[in-house]
Parts: sequence; structure tokens; C-alpha cells
Amino acid sequence: MKRIRYAVAAPVIAVVISLLVAGIALAVSGHNPIDAFQAMGSYLKTADSVVAVINRAVPYYVMGLAVAIGFKMNLFNIGVDGQYRLAALLAAAAGAAVSFPPIIHIAFVIAVAMMVGASWAAIPGVLKVVRGVNEVVSTIMLNFIATGITAFLLANYLRDNSVKLVAQTKPLPESAWMPSLNTPLGWFGINLPKDTVLNGFLIIAIATGILIYLLIYRTRFGFDLRTSGRNPSAALSSGVNPKAMIMKTIMLSGAIAGLAGMAPLLGDYHQYGDTFPTALGFTGISVALLGRNHPAGIAVAAIVWAAIERGGQNLNSVGVPQEIAKIMQGTLLLSAVIAFEVVRRARLRAEVHDAAVKAHPRSSDPGEPLPALAGGGLV
Amino acid sequence: MSEQALVPHLAIELRDIVKRFPGVVANDGVNLAVRPGTIHAIVGENGAGKSTLMKTLYGAHQPDEGTILIDGNPTRFKSPRDAISAGIGMVFQHFMLADNLTVWENVVLGDEPGSRWQLDIKKARSEIREVSRTYGLPVDPDELVAELGVGEKQRVEIIKVLLRGARIIILDEPTAVLVPQEVSELFASLRDLVANGATVLFISHKLDEVLTIADDITVIRAGRTVAAVKPAEVNARQLAELMVGSELPSPETRESTVTNVVALDVSGLTVLDDDRPVVKDVSLTVHRGEILGIAGVEGNGQTELLQAILGVRHPSSGRITLEGEDVTGLSTRHRRNAGVGYIPQDRQHDGLILDAPLWENVVLGHQTSPAFTKGPWIDKARARKRTSAVVEEFDVRTPGIDVAALALSGGNQQKLIVGREMMADPKVLIAAQPTRGIDVGAQAAIWESLREARRLGLAVLLVSADLEELIGLSDRLVVILRGQLVAELDPATVTPSDLGSYMTGATTAGEAA
Repeated sequence: MKRIRYAVAAPVIAVVISLLVAGIALAVSGHNPIDAFQAMGSYLKTADSVVAVINRAVPYYVMGLAVAIGFKMNLFNIGVDGQYRLAALLAAAAGAAVSFPPIIHIAFVIAVAMMVGASWAAIPGVLKVVRGVNEVVSTIMLNFIATGITAFLLANYLRDNSVKLVAQTKPLPESAWMPSLNTPLGWFGINLPKDTVLNGFLIIAIATGILIYLLIYRTRFGFDLRTSGRNPSAALSSGVNPKAMIMKTIMLSGAIAGLAGMAPLLGDYHQYGDTFPTALGFTGISVALLGRNHPAGIAVAAIVWAAIERGGQNLNSVGVPQEIAKIMQGTLLLSAVIAFEVVRRARLRAEVHDAAVKAHPRSSDPGEPLPALAGGGLV
Repeated sequence: MSEQALVPHLAIELRDIVKRFPGVVANDGVNLAVRPGTIHAIVGENGAGKSTLMKTLYGAHQPDEGTILIDGNPTRFKSPRDAISAGIGMVFQHFMLADNLTVWENVVLGDEPGSRWQLDIKKARSEIREVSRTYGLPVDPDELVAELGVGEKQRVEIIKVLLRGARIIILDEPTAVLVPQEVSELFASLRDLVANGATVLFISHKLDEVLTIADDITVIRAGRTVAAVKPAEVNARQLAELMVGSELPSPETRESTVTNVVALDVSGLTVLDDDRPVVKDVSLTVHRGEILGIAGVEGNGQTELLQAILGVRHPSSGRITLEGEDVTGLSTRHRRNAGVGYIPQDRQHDGLILDAPLWENVVLGHQTSPAFTKGPWIDKARARKRTSAVVEEFDVRTPGIDVAALALSGGNQQKLIVGREMMADPKVLIAAQPTRGIDVGAQAAIWESLREARRLGLAVLLVSADLEELIGLSDRLVVILRGQLVAELDPATVTPSDLGSYMTGATTAGEAA
């Protein structure tokens, strides 16, 4: 019971605070907050907008998972942005250059993307292991390099020369298109409106979430990973090889980042070009933080994030600037991170107290002050 | 007591201080009388309650019972801030300096001279120079702290405390990190300090140093003050006896279970730390059923030796053999799988995941053990079962096995670690300070389980600062000094004070029988 109360407290506090802040911003700028929130909410009522939110949330979710894997061992892979861009470009080009039967073709494109993502992520891994370079710095710099390389490759080698106006790769053959979920939904009596397509990548995203959960929380590898994040020197004494762990984790993170770009590529765009979604990586970081680096939490966070974004587009109809949605995302993230930490400390303090009472039943002594937490902080 | 009470205006007087932590009474009636303008040493073994007492005096926590009098006035410190404004300054063992700032920047940090808008750098420099000159604490205010040696950093800490207006300066194990040259420089500065009217509280367990520098000595044992003496009245041997207690009872092992099967063999091991040898050509052998004790003053290479055997630190030369297998180049995990148990000296830093539940902490170090795993999976059900067994058998006081390890008191954390290692049936146990800082009952239980495992053929490498524990448990004793094994002693005949003089190098191996 207590456990559930702690789990629910933080998100509720965070949502209330973000609504309050957004409401104040609206009121100060001379708008009616209630109208604005209603406009956002009403947008989300129709089936096509729910599908739009889910489609938008799918790559956010996978990207959030990619980031969370690193965060779990205090490895800050800020380079997911560059990893997924490079992966999406090369996978799109490779997929268009070959012909395979349907499912195999999809698997091939995904495999290329994940390998490219992992290889690009290996660079900051090697730099950290061999030279001790902080991965935050190196991955941020490598993002710029990846952006440059993708633009260069696209312009000079991988461009579809039959199209003159925009720079884009050759379209993927239909065998590499992700089938939509409209037909399977129809079997359950859910018929989506015309022109509304639920991206089939949703299934891969859910499967990835489950696999990552099992990997992190149920396997020896996951135990080593979480231990390295929470107490590196205890991990070392327990037999974890920190260098190997850094390499494995950052490459896995990069591979999943590469996978994230496959949601728009295989399910929607079918080619990489100038209009391909950007900054997916940074959304992934926000979503991972908001979801507490837990696969289930990230799922909720990705949907909330996407819903605010899509709902925000409806604000113009009531004459409210769309940027209010950004304010909501920002305050939600900030207050969630703080609320989670406050609640976590409260829970630990309660545990310390319980244990002290148990060890010394008659003592009224409140016990030692809460020691500094290993692996504490914001993630 | 009555005699002390007649002396007017003691700089510090503590009366019957009691401080309890969950499961441990760290201070159980401490009395202290410090005369102004003197160097007063507080000696005691590790875990005797010295640090707890100093934290009380510094306002880091409040005593449960007892009175603190500063200059004869009863005082209650709510925080270190109160203690600082009452003129008490503390120099911690681990320096609290920012390496990337200069000396003067570090000194003024948090208490900057000048107006609200402008930092008076000139004043800062001149104040530092003045204090530096008055008390014989040479430093250059403009040097970067990162460039300073340990002794200089300590001087910066002392200057910082003095500039905050401290008249009573507490030094926690100040010589632990210094080389002998620096120690004599420090002592000269301390004498200057008291000559200028300051009062120094000096915490140490290095008896020869205490006898050199102190005007008065208070001895703490097991949370109580057991004696207040003057250096002229005692010698190091008597002081050691006061520290450990005259009788040496409990940890007796006796009837030998030593076999002639070698479990752990270390030969010619040298470990470098920044090109400086911290372990020099160490060779030792532990047989099945044997406890080999390593005695030494902290910081003489014990930690590095154990780390090299565990495989978390790489030796520059030498060979380590485990049950006949040369493991010198093999990973820590390989060694742990081969049956090396480890009780780390710093349990919170190396032995626990503080914010993880107990059952995960029991898996820690045994992630690959078939007891907890099925192929690549962690078997949570069995891990939980084992945790319940550890909690039960080793009397870990906890509300459950899902609470975070940080919720337990130090003693219970230690029992959890010892229980986890012992129940994994190790072949070789590396035990560093296995009973440090825990209560007497838990200590006896841990001794008993070590003895029991030894009877069943466990080889134990024991490092302890508790000489009574070392002598009582060990089948053989070696002494480590400046990274080298300097003597091998028979625990049946050696006394703590003999051992102490080997540890400090006062007696050398040539004189050993």
C-alpha cells in the first residue's frame, strides 16, 4: 500500500505543477487557461488523433529506451541523435540497394541500422575506456560530426539522382515497408478512419521494451549494469570488468538508438531525406528522464510527451500560441525529476526509520542522518 | 571528575556524553577535560568512538545524553556553524579543498572578505600571509591547490580554520597521510599554535606520535573514556594496553586446524601506485584451515595487497596462485568464481549497493554463482531465499529483505556482508576489518563463523587494526611495514604491545625469535 502511494505521488505532483505553471503562463499572457487546456484535450478525443499520438510516441519510446540503458549505469550517451541519423541514412541506402522477400528485407534494414548505431557509439566507448574521455563531451561532439557526415554522404553518394529538388535516398522497395496495424485492428472490430495509419513498428517497440526490461532487471548482465551505475567500486570488487561493461552498454544503447529511427523510416517515410525527423535523440533523453529509465515509465512518458505536442498544435484554434505546449513539457520534465527524487528520499528515510525501530525497538533515537546515496542524483 | 571540575575555565569539558546509533552505542559515557593552550590527544582503536565524539563536539550531530562546556559555559551545537562561531574548527582526515582553485581562493571560500559586491583579494592574501607567519605554517597564497603536497594541503586547511576564528582546533588523524618529515613540521606548527593561545585536540592511534606531541592524553575504549594520563607517566606499551584493555579474551581460536594444502600462494608481489611501490616483494602462503593475520598501521600497503589478490589492482610483478591455479593475469570475476570471498574494509564503498534491496546486495559479488543464476538469468526467488537465510543465521536486524541496504545500521550491514560471503562457501576469504565499528555481540558472532569456516577448511587472509582480534584469531601473524612483510610472529606468544612495536618499526625482524 505504502509502496503504491510512493509510486503514484511523484507523477501526480509533477502533472499538477506543470499545469499550474502553464496556466500561469497563459493567464499572464492574457489567455484563459481552461479554454486552452480544453482545446488541447478535445483534440485528443478523436481516433485519428489518438493514432497520431501513438505513431509519434513510438520512436520517442525506443529512443527513450536507448538513452535509459546508458543512464542505468550512469553512462550518459548524449550521442543517440547522431547514432540514429547515421543509422537511418545508411540503413535506408542499404535497404534500397538490395531486394529481399518482405520480412527478411525489414529485418535486414533493421540489422544494418542497429549495427551502424552500435559502431558509431563504439567511438565514444573506446575514447572513454582507453583515454578516459568523458562520454558526455565526446558524444555531443560526435553528434555534430554525424550530422556533417550524413549531409555529406547524402549529397555526394547516397542521393537519389532522379529527384532534383530535394536530397533524399532512393525509396525503399515495398518489401521493406512496415505493414500497418489497421488490418489486425479490424479483426478486433476496431476500424480506423480512412487515411489514418497505425504504424506497425509499435509491435517492435513494445517487444523491444519488454526485452530491455528483462535484460536490465532479470539477467546477470543487467545486474552488472545496474550495479556499475549504483556503486562502481562495489561492482569492481564483485567482479565486473568496468571497461567491458562500458563498451557493451554504449554499443547496445547505440544499437537501440539506430532502431528508433526505423519507426519513421520503415513505417512512414520509406526514405531518408531532408524532411526526416530530427532531434529525436533529445526527445529520447527527456522521455527517459521523465520515465525514470524504466521501460514502463518511458512508455507513459513517450505517450504524454507526444500527446502534449499534438494537443499543442490545436492551441492555435483558440488563439493561444503553440509554445505553451513546450512550456508544459519543460515544466513537466523538471518537476517530475525533482518530485521523483524527493519521493525517493522520503521512501528511503522511511525505510531507515523502520529498520532503526526494528533494530532498537525501545530507542526513540531517530538514527543516523541519511548517508549520501551512491548513484543518487537525478537519474 | 571533582578534581577536574575545580579547574576554572577548561577550554572544553565533556561530561558523560552518550551517543547511540541504531544497533550501536558509539559513545557510552565519555568524559573529557581539555586545558586551554595545550595539545590534548585522544587515542583509541578504530571503532572506539573517537570520530563520533569529535562529530559531537563539532556539532555534526547532537549527543543523546551529557553536557558540553566550552570555556565553562554549557553549550549545545545545532550545527557545525554553531561550533565554528563558538571558536571550534575541525581539520578532517580527508581534505575538503578544491584542487582547481588557488590557496587563497580555497581559504576564503564561503567566508569572503570585502563588501557584498567586491572580493577584497589584497586583504585575503595579507591575512593568509599573516596567519602563515604567526603560526609557522608556510604556504604561498597564489599557488594552485592541485600543485601542493599533502603536508601543504593540511596547512591550508589549518589556516582556513584559523581565519574563521577558531581557538580550539580538532585534527582528525592528521599524521595518517604524512611522511615523517612532514609530521615533524606539523608538530612544530602545532607547538606554535598553542604558544599563541590556541588549543589543539589531536586524534590518533599512533602512540609514539601522541607521546611526542601531547600535553595530556585521554584514552577511549569501546565508547568510554578509560583513562586520562600525561605522556610522562606512561610509555607506549602501557598506552597500548589501556587502548585495547589489559586482558585479551574472546577471539581465541586455539586447537589448530591448519592443513598442509596450500589454498593461496603469493610470491614476489610488487604493486605500484603512481610508480611508487606500495607493496614490495611480498610473499605469503595461506593453507586450508588456516587464518593468516596481517598486522600493520593503516596505509602500509595492506589495502593494495588485498586488492591485488582480489584482482582489482594489477601488480607490476609477482605471482598469485589460488588452489594451484595461477590467477595472476585472470579477472576478478574468475577469481571470485574460483572461490574467493571478500569482506571489504570500507563496506559502504566496496561491499554494498546502498540504495538496492538486501536481496540484491546478497547477490553482489556472486552474480555468476549457480546458487543465484539460471544461465544468463538471475534467479530472484533463490536469491531472496538465500537472503532470508543470511538474515536469519547472521542475525541481521531488518524489517525485511526488500529494504535498501542503507536502512541498516553499520553493524547490520557488516553482518549482511559477512553472511553473504560465508554462505557462498568460499575457499579463500579475504577479510579486511571484518568487525570494525560493530557491537560486541555481532563481533562475537562473526568471530564464531570465521572459526567454524576455518574448521571446515577455509583459508583466511585477515587484515585488522584490532590487535586483539588479530592475535586471537590468527594461526600465524605477519607484519607489514611500508609495503614489506617485516616479521612473522606466533600469535600464541606475542602481546599487543610487541606487535605494536613491530608495526611501527620500533622492533625489527632481526630481534624476533
